[in-house]
Amino acid sequence: MTMAKFDEPGYYKHEDLLKVDYHPPRTGWMDTPVDFRPGTYIYPGKAKNLKYLDLPNPRNWAVTDEDWKLQENWKEIVLDGMAERLRRYRTFRLFMDICVRCGACADKCHFFIGGGDPKNMPVLRAELLRSIYRKDFTALGKILGKIAGARELTYDVIKEWFYYFYQCTECRRCSVFCPYGIDTAEITMMGRELLGLLGLYVNWAIEPVANCFRTGNHLGIPPHGLLDTLEFMVDDIEEATGIKVDIPMNKKGAEVLFVTPSGDYVAEPGIQTCMSYMILFNEIGLDYTWSTYASEGGNFGLFTSHEMIKRLNAKIYAEAKRLGVKWILGGECGHMWRTMHQYMNTVNGPPDFLEVPKSPFTGTVFENARSAKIVHIMEFTADLIKHGKLKLDPSRNDHIRVTFHDSCNTARGMGILEEPRYVMKSVCNNFFEMPENTIREQTFCCGGGAGLGTDENMEMRLRGGLPRGSAVKYVQEKYGVNQLAAMCAIDRATLITVCDYWAPGVKVTGISELVANAMILKGEKKRTKNLRLETIPGAEEEDTAQGNIEHLETIEGMHTTKGGSSNE
Amino acid sequence: MTLRDLLQEKKTAIVERWLEDILATYASDASSFLRRERDPFANPVSHAFRVGTRAIFENIVEGLDADTVCRHLNEIIKIRAIQDFSPSRAVSFVFLLKKAIRTELGNDIEDRQLSKELAEIDTDIDQIALFAFDIYSRCREQVYELRVNEVKRSVSALMGRFTGNDSDPESLPGPSGGNKSSGNPKPDSLPRLSDDDGLSGDSSSVRGGKK
Ligand code: SF4
Ligand code: SF4
Repeated sequence: MTMAKFDEPGYYKHEDLLKVDYHPPRTGWMDTPVDFRPGTYIYPGKAKNLKYLDLPNPRNWAVTDEDWKLQENWKEIVLDGMAERLRRYRTFRLFMDICVRCGACADKCHFFIGGGDPKNMPVLRAELLRSIYRKDFTALGKILGKIAGARELTYDVIKEWFYYFYQCTECRRCSVFCPYGIDTAEITMMGRELLGLLGLYVNWAIEPVANCFRTGNHLGIPPHGLLDTLEFMVDDIEEATGIKVDIPMNKKGAEVLFVTPSGDYVAEPGIQTCMSYMILFNEIGLDYTWSTYASEGGNFGLFTSHEMIKRLNAKIYAEAKRLGVKWILGGECGHMWRTMHQYMNTVNGPPDFLEVPKSPFTGTVFENARSAKIVHIMEFTADLIKHGKLKLDPSRNDHIRVTFHDSCNTARGMGILEEPRYVMKSVCNNFFEMPENTIREQTFCCGGGAGLGTDENMEMRLRGGLPRGSAVKYVQEKYGVNQLAAMCAIDRATLITVCDYWAPGVKVTGISELVANAMILKGEKKRTKNLRLETIPGAEEEDTAQGNIEHLETIEGMHTTKGGSSNE
Repeated sequence: MTLRDLLQEKKTAIVERWLEDILATYASDASSFLRRERDPFANPVSHAFRVGTRAIFENIVEGLDADTVCRHLNEIIKIRAIQDFSPSRAVSFVFLLKKAIRTELGNDIEDRQLSKELAEIDTDIDQIALFAFDIYSRCREQVYELRVNEVKRSVSALMGRFTGNDSDPESLPGPSGGNKSSGNPKPDSLPRLSDDDGLSGDSSSVRGGKK
C-alpha cells in the first residue's frame, strides 16, 4: 500500500504511519528467557577469587557466553542443595509454601517501580525459585506441572536466577507489605547460595569477600596500608581543625574495638566520615582501638552465603576476644547491622566474652545491644548529644539544607530511625524529611546494595534508584535541599550517582561529617575549612565561634557543655 | 473554530489517551500498575509521564517553546533511556501523540477542514521527536559518564593515598574493561595494595571495596 505524502490530506487520516507495534511480546513469564542486555547484569566472579575461598567450580566465564561451564551434574547439585536448605532453614520452607499470591508486595520493589520488569515484582522473583520447588518437592507440582505453577529446572532457569537474584538488593521493602511477613530478601539469599554451588557469583561481591578473608577488609588493604590511610586523614584533620588526633591501633585492653566499612577508607564522602569518627573519639577521649586484622565492618558474606557470613564475621569476633575489649562500636554502616544483630549470635555464637555496652561518658547502657554487644555510631553519638557532652555550633552547617536517606538495613532491618534524625537536627539548622512513604520503614533502597553497587550494571541501578531519586528531587525543588545524608558506606558511594542522574545538584554526606563540622573542639584553630577542606561559607568574614556558642545556648533543645573536658 | 481551540477543548481526553498509549508500551503487569497507582512517590514513572505529557501538549497548543518542551521531555526521556527499550522505542512515545489527536478528534478534522492546521501540529510533533532524540543521546552519554566517574572516584582516591600522585583518569581501565572476566587488563597505573597473589592488584578489587 502506498502512503499519502505529508502534504496530502490522506496522510492525516492514515494510521499506517503509527502502525508500529509498541506493545511488548506477551509470553508467559515462565517461557520468557532472560535477555542479558549490557548495563543490566553484573560480571561473574573470577576463578582466582573462588579458588581463594575454596568455592566450587572456579573458572573464568562471561555472562553472555552460551555455555556457563557448569558441572556435569549441575541439576543434581542444585536440587540436593535445595533439599538441604529446605531442611536446614525453616523460614525457607515456610516462604516456599505460604505465599497466597495476593500481590500486596508486587509493586513495592524499587526495581519494578523504576524498570517495569514484571520479574522484579517480589512475588514473581520468589516464584522463580518456588516454581522449581513445586515441581520437585511437592506432590501437586510433580503431577500437575505448569497448572500448579511448577516448572522444570533448566539451564535457562539458572541463567534467569543469576539475572534476577542479582537484581534484588535484599532491602526487604516488600516484606513490610506482605501480610504473611514473607521476606523475599531471604529467598534471594537462598537463590544466591544455590547459584554459588555451581560457582556462579558476581565478582563485585566475591572479590571483596576474598580480600576480606585474606587481609581483613573488602578492599584488600594490608595493615601498613591501613595505617598510611588513617595517617593521611590525620593530616587533613589537622589542616581543617588544628588538632592532631591519635590513631590507636591493635591496642590490647582498649575499652572499645572500632570497626567501620572499608568504604570509609577511600573516596569522598567516606573519608570525611572516617575523619569525623577520629575527631569525635579524640575529643571525648574514648579509649578505643582500630584493628588491622578486623579492618572491615561490612560483611559481603551476607550477599554470598550463610557460610561466608560466618567466615568473615569470625574475624571481628576473634579480634575482640584477642584484644580483650569490653564492647564493639560500629561506624556508619548499613548491612553490618543486619549481620551483627541477626546472624552473629547464631553463626559465631553470642559474644559472651564481651560486656553489655555502656557509654563511659554518659553511663547509658545500650540494652538493645545486650546480646550482640555492638553499638552503632549514631546511637553512641545521639546519646552523647542528649547528655550535653558535645559542644556544637550548628550554624557552621547553615549553608547545608539536608535530607536523610534511611538505609534499608539500619531502618527496616534494625529500627534505628530516631537517633540519626536527632543527631542531624542537633547539628544542622536546616533538616527536611522526604515524603512519608519513602522514609523510615518504607524507605526506598539506593539501588546498589547487596553486591549490586558496581558500575557495569549502571542502567539497572538507575532503575532501582529512581524512586529514591524522585523523592530527593522533590525536597530539592520544594525546600532547596542540597545534601543527602546517609549512614551506610554503600549508600554514600551509590547515592552520589543516583543524585547525579535523578536529582542533579544534591551532594551526599555521612552524618558524622555534619557532626564533626559542627563540633567545637578543645584547642581548635579558627575553623574556616570543613573536612573536605573547602571554605565554609561565611566563616572567613567574622570570628563567629564565640558568638555562636552564646547564640546556641539560647536555642531550645540544643545541648552544649560549658567548659573543658566532657570526659567523665 | 481553529484546530488549536479544538485541541484546547479536548485537551484532557487527548492527553489521557496519549498517556494510556505510552503506558501500554510496558509489559502488561507493569502497565496496569503504572495506570492504577496515583501516588507520585509510589509510582514516580507515571507521575513524570503524567506531568510531562500534559505540559508538552499545552506547549504545542500555545505555540512551541523549545526550552520548555525540552525540560519536560527530559523528565520523561531520562526514565525511558535507562529502561529496557531500544532507542527508537524509548522516544517513539512522541509519535503516539499524533495517534491520540487523531483518535480523539475523529472526523472533526475533515468535517471542519482542519487538515492544514493539523499538518502544522504534526510538524511540531516531528520537531519534538528530534529534540527527544537529542535528549535521549545525552541521557545515554550521562549513564556512561556516571560509570566512569564512579571508577574514577574510588580509584583516584586510592591513587592519591598510596602513590602521592594525582590520578590520571586516562590511564584507568574505564567502563569497558572487564566485559569478559578473562583477559581483564591489569593496568600498571594502579597501586598494588597487597602482596602477590593478585587478589587485589587490579581495578575491580578497588571498585569492589567501596564498602
Ligand atoms: S528485597 Fe527489596 S530488592 Fe528484593 S524483591 Fe524485595 S523490594 Fe525488591
Ligand atoms: S505479599 Fe506475601 S503473600 Fe502476597 S504475594 Fe507477596 S509474598 Fe505472597
